[in-house]
Amino acid sequence: MSLWLNIKRVARYGLIGFIRNGFVSLAAISIMTLTLFVISGLMIFGSALNATLVQLTQKVDVKVYFTTNSTDAEITDVQKMLESLPEVASVSFMSRDDALAQFRERHKNDQLTIQALDELKDNPLGASLEVRAKQTSQYEAIAKFLSTQQSSGTIAGSSIDKVNFYQNKTAIDRLTNIIDTTRRLGTIVSIIMGLASLLIAFNTIRLAIYTSRDEIGVMNIVGASRWYVRGPFMITGILYGFVSGLIVLILLYPITLYISAPLQRFLGTFNAFAYYAGSFPIIFFVIMASGIALGALSSYLAVRRYLHT
Amino acid sequence: MIHYDKVTKVYNGGQHAVEDITLSIEPGEFVFIVGHSGAGKTTLLKMLFAEVIPTSGLVYFNSRSINDLSNSELLKMRRNIGTIFQDFRLLPTKTIYENIAFALEVAGKGDDDIKADVPHVLELVGLADKMWSFPLELSGGEQQRVAIARAIVNQPAVLIADEPTGNLDPINTHDVVEILKKINNLGTTVLLATHNRSIVDSVGKRVVTMDQGRLIRDDREGKYTL
Ligand SMILES: Nc1ncnc2c1ncn2[C@@H]1O[C@H](COP(=O)(O)OP(=O)(O)O)[C@@H](O)[C@H]1O
Ligand SMILES: [Mg+2]
Repeated sequence: MSLWLNIKRVARYGLIGFIRNGFVSLAAISIMTLTLFVISGLMIFGSALNATLVQLTQKVDVKVYFTTNSTDAEITDVQKMLESLPEVASVSFMSRDDALAQFRERHKNDQLTIQALDELKDNPLGASLEVRAKQTSQYEAIAKFLSTQQSSGTIAGSSIDKVNFYQNKTAIDRLTNIIDTTRRLGTIVSIIMGLASLLIAFNTIRLAIYTSRDEIGVMNIVGASRWYVRGPFMITGILYGFVSGLIVLILLYPITLYISAPLQRFLGTFNAFAYYAGSFPIIFFVIMASGIALGALSSYLAVRRYLHT
Repeated sequence: MIHYDKVTKVYNGGQHAVEDITLSIEPGEFVFIVGHSGAGKTTLLKMLFAEVIPTSGLVYFNSRSINDLSNSELLKMRRNIGTIFQDFRLLPTKTIYENIAFALEVAGKGDDDIKADVPHVLELVGLADKMWSFPLELSGGEQQRVAIARAIVNQPAVLIADEPTGNLDPINTHDVVEILKKINNLGTTVLLATHNRSIVDSVGKRVVTMDQGRLIRDDREGKYTL
């Protein structure tokens, strides 16, 4: 008895079971399609959340203001030190002239301030460094580092006028909290929704196989081996997963296209369609693999209940 | 060939379905198992293909104790025992052809053998023209003949029939019994559980009578006596 022959027969019966039990297949595919939609929705949700949080994080920074008489060399020294810290993502420099230009721009409707500025001979603003940490929780460490430098009495350290972290500390802390909580909540919600939908799909397949329990008993008595009984049901389950996955992947195209604009108005940078198009290989893999694994595993477990050899 | 040695079956509920039965059946015999409903006939037969395991005692098939068989030996043995039941037990989503082919596939037959054997055995039970129908498109008598065809297509040593005529009218009952006699004449051992007096009396073969799990009579050329 050749293995290949058995595989061929099992595959054929799996396909026949899929086609002949049209109504059951339709029901199973509908539920599985919903499940896979939930999973793809969670992927989009997760990535949107992430993009939004990253964007929020980028709004936070620590500014180091230098005294007006600091030299470029001193500032470069501080910049080098900051860049060598593991917590620091980027450091950007703003010269005294740029700071003045920006100040003027910001106050261009405020006659009084501009007049006062014009009366000064010298530019009253110092140069500054804008420091971004990798995570919002790391700003405190960076600020501490800067204040130790400031009080250490080195030439570079004493050129620092002030660091604006402590004025913003509460705001940054609160933001850090919000980001952490949102991340955790998002993960929990995703896991619960994912598990719930997997369970529903699993039960649907179990119900579909429940209608075949007598048939499984007959196969047992005729002397069919476990794999010969189980195989066709698993093939049918895999076909459910495959067809549902295909439906979801195709429908995601118009859906992401349609929700992109309203979502973007709401969330800012995140573009659902760009995510679908850009991450298609990953989405394809996750959806297809979930569908096929779910179909095969559910069938395997469901048939096992009725096998008694 | 078949030997029950002091076999007792007590179900989980405490029901003594079979009580201390010792019974031998020779190759080629036709044996009726008779008794009222609940006498233990089905339990006795199920122990032969290991769907029920005895609480005590041993069942031998071809001098091997069924308890000692490995899983794959058990499957092999089941392919050497044909079974038919009151409720036919066909595969409803498979055609008549596929139902019978399934038993051959399970026994490891190649596609060419299957193409030859299925029409042949359907010819034998007079259903060659129903090959591409589904079971539910057939009458009860026809379904039972398909079940017989499936049971004998692997040319088993033993055919077990548990109330095969219980759902059939007298004419179909007669047809089924005639087919079983023919199969027996070709050399297959037949075990037939029934409480149908007329078929037992008309065939005139060995009759084993059970009552409340016990074997109370064993007559060489018996009549239905209860
Ligand atoms: N699976 C089971 N679990 C518990 N009791 C059972 C089971 N099968 C049969 N019985 C009991 O065992 C006795 C014999 O049943 P059975 O062998 O089916 O008799 P028969 O086939 O002669 O009608 C009956 O009393 C029945 O209720
Ligand atoms: Mg019975």
